[in-house]
Amino acid sequence: MSDRQSSNAYWQANLRIIYICLAIWALVSYGFGIILRPLLSGISVGGTDLGFWFAQQGSILCFIALIFFYTWRMNRLDAEHGVDE
Amino acid sequence: MSQFTLNLLFITASFALYIGIAIYCRAKSTAEFYAANRGVGPVMNGMATAADWMSAASFISMAGLIAFTGYDNSTYLMGWTGGYVLLALLLAPYLRKFGKFTVPEFIGDRFYSPTARIIGVICLLIVSITYVIGQMTGVGVTFSRYLEVSNSTGLWIGAGLVFCYAVLGGMKGITYTQVAQYVVLIIAYTIPAIFISLQLTGNFLPQLGLFGTHDASGVAFLAQLDGLVTDLGFRQYTEHHNSTLDMVLFTMALMIGTAGLPHVIIRFFTVPKVSDARKSAGWALVFIALLYTVAPAVGSMARFNLTATMWPGAEQGDTFSMPAVSLADIETSPDLAWMRNWQVTGLLNWEDKNGDGLIQYYSEAGAANAPVAAVIEEQGLVGNELTTVNNDIMVLANPEIANLPGWVIAIVAAGGLAAALSTAAGLLLAISGAVSHDLIKGTLMPNISEKGELMAARISMAASILVATILGLNPPGFAAQTVALAFGLAASSIFPVLMMGIFSSRVGKEGAIAGMIAGMLSTILYIFAYKGIFFVAGTNFLPDTPDAWLFGISPASFGTIGALINFAVAFGVSAISKRPPAHVQELVESIRVPRGAGGAISH
Repeated sequence: MSDRQSSNAYWQANLRIIYICLAIWALVSYGFGIILRPLLSGISVGGTDLGFWFAQQGSILCFIALIFFYTWRMNRLDAEHGVDE
Repeated sequence: MSQFTLNLLFITASFALYIGIAIYCRAKSTAEFYAANRGVGPVMNGMATAADWMSAASFISMAGLIAFTGYDNSTYLMGWTGGYVLLALLLAPYLRKFGKFTVPEFIGDRFYSPTARIIGVICLLIVSITYVIGQMTGVGVTFSRYLEVSNSTGLWIGAGLVFCYAVLGGMKGITYTQVAQYVVLIIAYTIPAIFISLQLTGNFLPQLGLFGTHDASGVAFLAQLDGLVTDLGFRQYTEHHNSTLDMVLFTMALMIGTAGLPHVIIRFFTVPKVSDARKSAGWALVFIALLYTVAPAVGSMARFNLTATMWPGAEQGDTFSMPAVSLADIETSPDLAWMRNWQVTGLLNWEDKNGDGLIQYYSEAGAANAPVAAVIEEQGLVGNELTTVNNDIMVLANPEIANLPGWVIAIVAAGGLAAALSTAAGLLLAISGAVSHDLIKGTLMPNISEKGELMAARISMAASILVATILGLNPPGFAAQTVALAFGLAASSIFPVLMMGIFSSRVGKEGAIAGMIAGMLSTILYIFAYKGIFFVAGTNFLPDTPDAWLFGISPASFGTIGALINFAVAFGVSAISKRPPAHVQELVESIRVPRGAGGAISH
């Protein structure tokens, strides 16, 4: 039973981290890159605005950071719950 | 040394490398053939995944797609990279923990249904076969342009090479050749980009050059490009023109389609541990980003160079300060030899419509309200005189447009081939695995021996190569449209069923089967309604225009809606059907924890 509870807590914690990461994932691409671009039009970046930078470069850099953050965070979580390999 | 000899030298050397690796890495068991014995390190697998993923379309076409549309086609950049976040967070680690060999096998086991597995095989085959046609035609085109052989000879040479390393080596051989192919293709893509960025902006890194300053005029490069294209009546490069909703849905379709592509997913079966699958997705994206952050720079700079070739005044920042390029120059000047070379391939063409000896390039659609209108009036122009500019020319002719040395051109040829061949090999492995493992071993002949299955895998690989080559030789008329179909189906059928299999223990076989069928059929129907049945022109029953699209959703974006339909139907049907049996509940529990992935190797 305690095993099951621990794995439940582990799964809930994993889901929380996934939600946070996906929120950032959507914000930098769909948000800053597309929908919120008009709001960022005041911030100029090399001949255009910040939204253009997010759409063509910034979002990709954020995606990389997100995956490595998730990997690092999950390795810690795996160890805390004793389910690492 | 002539350009032809250089091309031959670089291409032959790269092929010798791939074959050497193939002989060194022969597969001796099914575990080696399907999953490289789960012994590929995460960085190495990331590099192989990058080559597997980046196809002829990424290498040859993407920069051109961005170049001629500008900001609106950022969808490709975000869509084809954002999918890796979904893979790393939602699919790869759990499917690696599951520890089997193919995607349909997971669907069959998790939904305790051979029918679900067969539907999975059908989705996989449609997606992968449509995708492989594009790769094979890419091989043919590259060969015929750079080695002066016929399209079909080029295709057979490419097929022979893939046969050598894919049939012999399976996943193991493919993995290590893909690593080599990644190195070749990334060098081929970045070297011309660095040269061009230096020429135009003085920045060594194209990623910085894109947002840097145009040296000759001292103005920000993108502002300069915006000014140049709007002078000629084209739409402003950095502005948003199309529907926001469609842009969001198309990006989403590309992202979840990427995450649902079987040939990408199976790459994550080759790493030793669950944590390696997560890390490997990160490395894959690093290696992909090396090309994907250079592509928008290549696109915009090549567009600038091409336009400035046509209007030499633009190089100093004033489009109409000098007359347009003359017909005599195009036909005789050594600097413009590339225009004559590419005219032969049909990717570029021009016509002096008003007979004034100059070739004026502008947008007929937007000319009326642009500065070019005055030039049209004054010089009596009757139409745009650069009549054909193919998207693909932006990458293929890029080194020639910028007058780079011959060896750069040769390495671009080798890179284009590496991109097409590496993706073709990954697709062929996914196809042959589905045939030998899911159909033959899983359904038709469950008692086949390990040795028999390995032989079956090799034979189905050889047969897939033959089919792909024949389809590449006689591409069905719809080859160019198939990307929309492949991504739409991967997004609407494969991604949702995998995600529900992992994140829900409630969805059972009835829900999964109904969901997959609903997602797949709705997407196919929507695409065919606008594009024609099997893309046959004239059989569409609705006109393919933004006004006729349902809520302005383009057929290529419909995969996102198909995925939503899939989820909705699957949850709806599951709510009224039985819970999955206990052993499936246990399977779901077990794939959610990383410990024990090493033990899951055996079958």
